[in-house]
Amino acid sequence: MKTLKEVKCGETVTVAKLGGEGALKRRIMDMGITKGTPVYVRKVAPLGDPVEITIRGYELSIRRNEAENILVE
Amino acid sequence: MAIKLALAGNPNCGKTTMFNDLTGSSQYVGNWPGVTVEKKEGKLRGHQDVIVTDLPGIYSLSPYTLEEVVTRDYIMNEHPDVVINLVDASNIERNLYLTTQVTEMGIPVIIALNMIDIVKKNGDRIDTHKLAAALGCEVIETSAVKGAGSKEVADRAVQMARAGIMTRPQHTFSGPVEDALARIRELAADLVPAENARWYSIKLFERDARVLERLRLPADVKAELETIVSDCEKQFDDDSESIITNERYQYISGLMKSCVQKKNAGMTTSDRIDKVVTNRWLALPIFAAVMFVVYYVSVSWLGTIVTDWTNDTLFAETVQPLAGGWLEAAGAAEWLTGLVVDGIIGGVGAVLGFVPQMFILFFFLSILEDCGYMARVAFIMDRIFRKFGLSGKSFIPMLISSGCGVPGIMATRTIENEKDRRMTIMTTTFIPCGAKLPIIALIAGAVFPEITWMAPATYFFGIFMVILSGVILKKTRMFAGDPAPFVMELPQYHFPAPKGVLIHMWERGKAFIIKAGTVIFVACGVIWFLQNFGFTAGGFGMVEDENMSMLAAIGGVIAPIFAPLGFGNWQAAVASVSGLVAKENVVGTFGVLFGLGEVGEDDPALLASLPTLFATSASALAFMVFNLTCAPCFAAIGAIRREMMSAKWTWFAIGYMTGMAYIMAFIINQLGGAFFYGVPFGAGQVLALCCVAALLYLLFRSCNPDRKMRKPATVGAGA
Repeated sequence: MKTLKEVKCGETVTVAKLGGEGALKRRIMDMGITKGTPVYVRKVAPLGDPVEITIRGYELSIRRNEAENILVE
Repeated sequence: MAIKLALAGNPNCGKTTMFNDLTGSSQYVGNWPGVTVEKKEGKLRGHQDVIVTDLPGIYSLSPYTLEEVVTRDYIMNEHPDVVINLVDASNIERNLYLTTQVTEMGIPVIIALNMIDIVKKNGDRIDTHKLAAALGCEVIETSAVKGAGSKEVADRAVQMARAGIMTRPQHTFSGPVEDALARIRELAADLVPAENARWYSIKLFERDARVLERLRLPADVKAELETIVSDCEKQFDDDSESIITNERYQYISGLMKSCVQKKNAGMTTSDRIDKVVTNRWLALPIFAAVMFVVYYVSVSWLGTIVTDWTNDTLFAETVQPLAGGWLEAAGAAEWLTGLVVDGIIGGVGAVLGFVPQMFILFFFLSILEDCGYMARVAFIMDRIFRKFGLSGKSFIPMLISSGCGVPGIMATRTIENEKDRRMTIMTTTFIPCGAKLPIIALIAGAVFPEITWMAPATYFFGIFMVILSGVILKKTRMFAGDPAPFVMELPQYHFPAPKGVLIHMWERGKAFIIKAGTVIFVACGVIWFLQNFGFTAGGFGMVEDENMSMLAAIGGVIAPIFAPLGFGNWQAAVASVSGLVAKENVVGTFGVLFGLGEVGEDDPALLASLPTLFATSASALAFMVFNLTCAPCFAAIGAIRREMMSAKWTWFAIGYMTGMAYIMAFIINQLGGAFFYGVPFGAGQVLALCCVAALLYLLFRSCNPDRKMRKPATVGAGA
């Protein structure tokens, strides 16, 4: 099991569990990153952070340290 | 009774376009009481008795963001007759998440399935009848950009309001959650209004801090509630908030299967554009090119042409002589003519001169925002700006401020996070603007003629001040706390709607014009009065020689304040104060005070006289740094006031800038004088070293002890 931060560009993974708490966790989930959802890591910003993912048919930008809270398989 | 309709929906779902379409020109734009979240209201076209409110764009109804709280409170407390929920059909899955929450509030809901044309173009199909049945509310297909369906939705909403049709939420949670909700409902039956019972039970289940605070449950009810919720949490091995969110999305996934057919056509046009625009290697060059075009057209080329025209032709050659002639003909006193023509028209004119430039700039910014590129700017620049507590979107205000701070400050509107926005406003005018260039040229020419890199150095100094402030401020209590989550949607690119862009541009420009007409109007009058009146041998009256004016007298009083900076004479003090009207005035004031009349910054007589005012060259440098960094001109202060929406924050920003300017100038004068110009080492130098030490401490201290440490990622443990 790894976190979304470690997933390479072009890979598709499934969300297994969410860490963190409060506002950040709620925000991540509100945007549709919930258990069992497929996530496609689309691109890394030119300076290496944040990353762009595709989820539920749309594009989302997320910082690496936030992606660390998302456990995937 | 007037009917109230409210527009709710995700950001980028076309809400503003539909609002403009529904209300036409009868809009009122302001802020929600107490917060800087934009509030828009207007009358429905053709219905004098129907008011449409555009609620902020939101993804959820959580208690964590200002926009979401504003929306919740509005729906709960103001009871609109019908909520029109805009759903972006091309991004339906996430958009329906908000719908599941809105339909639970006990207010009639109608869904406008917007951007349906994009869905059809992609070859996808949405079964609206099934969707309507599943959600328990009417669904109408719309395309706000093309103006299709908007009127139908509004008419239907008005009918619903008149007929009193209610919305019954159809969506249910899993068995154990529904059981818990039913028990909570029973528990709180006497404490919440019956029509909102479902909403309140869910919020109580989520332990929503704001709802708990408002309901003030008795202790026994609270304990009972906690038992119900924690039992359920144990069963699911998750927190209650996440259980609810998960189940909402599960429900929507089910809806997707039954109501939506996707063709999966591969890459869309938007995907293809994005592939190039945010490409790892091309992103930065493309970004630089876009910024260059925006900056060049709105600041250097077209902007300068129109600003010069307004300042020189419209005001200096037309309005001022006309008003002067008119006043003279009317037999007005000389001082009155002076006040009106030079003081007020001249001062306000100098400020209004920026208006056309701002309109051009806002035109570009509106396009960038509307087409979806602004979100990519934040994506590209986030890494750099986050380091010192700013947002990726801070880049644009800073860049524009190198032309003029006024539009720069107003460009901060694109930054959603309030802390980021405030910090950007406070630091953006550190970047030298065009009007400060004459000051740089004057000091460089008079004191450092051999140093050719003075102008670029001031820009680097400005950037240095921004970074320094960012790092220091971020560690203060006011700005401390976890960085705002940067989980940001990157919307699909689309062609901007011309009408929307123009309305956007006009709204922003108008706000500034109003400001210029009030605060700046008065401030310019006051400065003019002080500059032209004084006590002479013949009593109080208008003075010919500015050396005799009240401003000179005030300059004499405040001059000692500047003594530690190396320019404790009244001329330099007066010049600094006159910079408040417009920074280029600093040069002009010196000319007048030396009796040279109106001179440019490269006048040889001025260059020769100037060094006599300063103790050492370091003092001259300190003077320049102070004037570049301190409180900006009235126009920019007006913009700060407008964007901060609070007198307290405005004063704090001005105080911070002036304080920082003072400290920097002090350090430069004292240490520069001692190290390079043989000033003996004394108390001043020791104090300056203390200032440096204090700044270094603020810069490098680990973090505010009051700041709650962010919990490290805890995912690993349980999984």
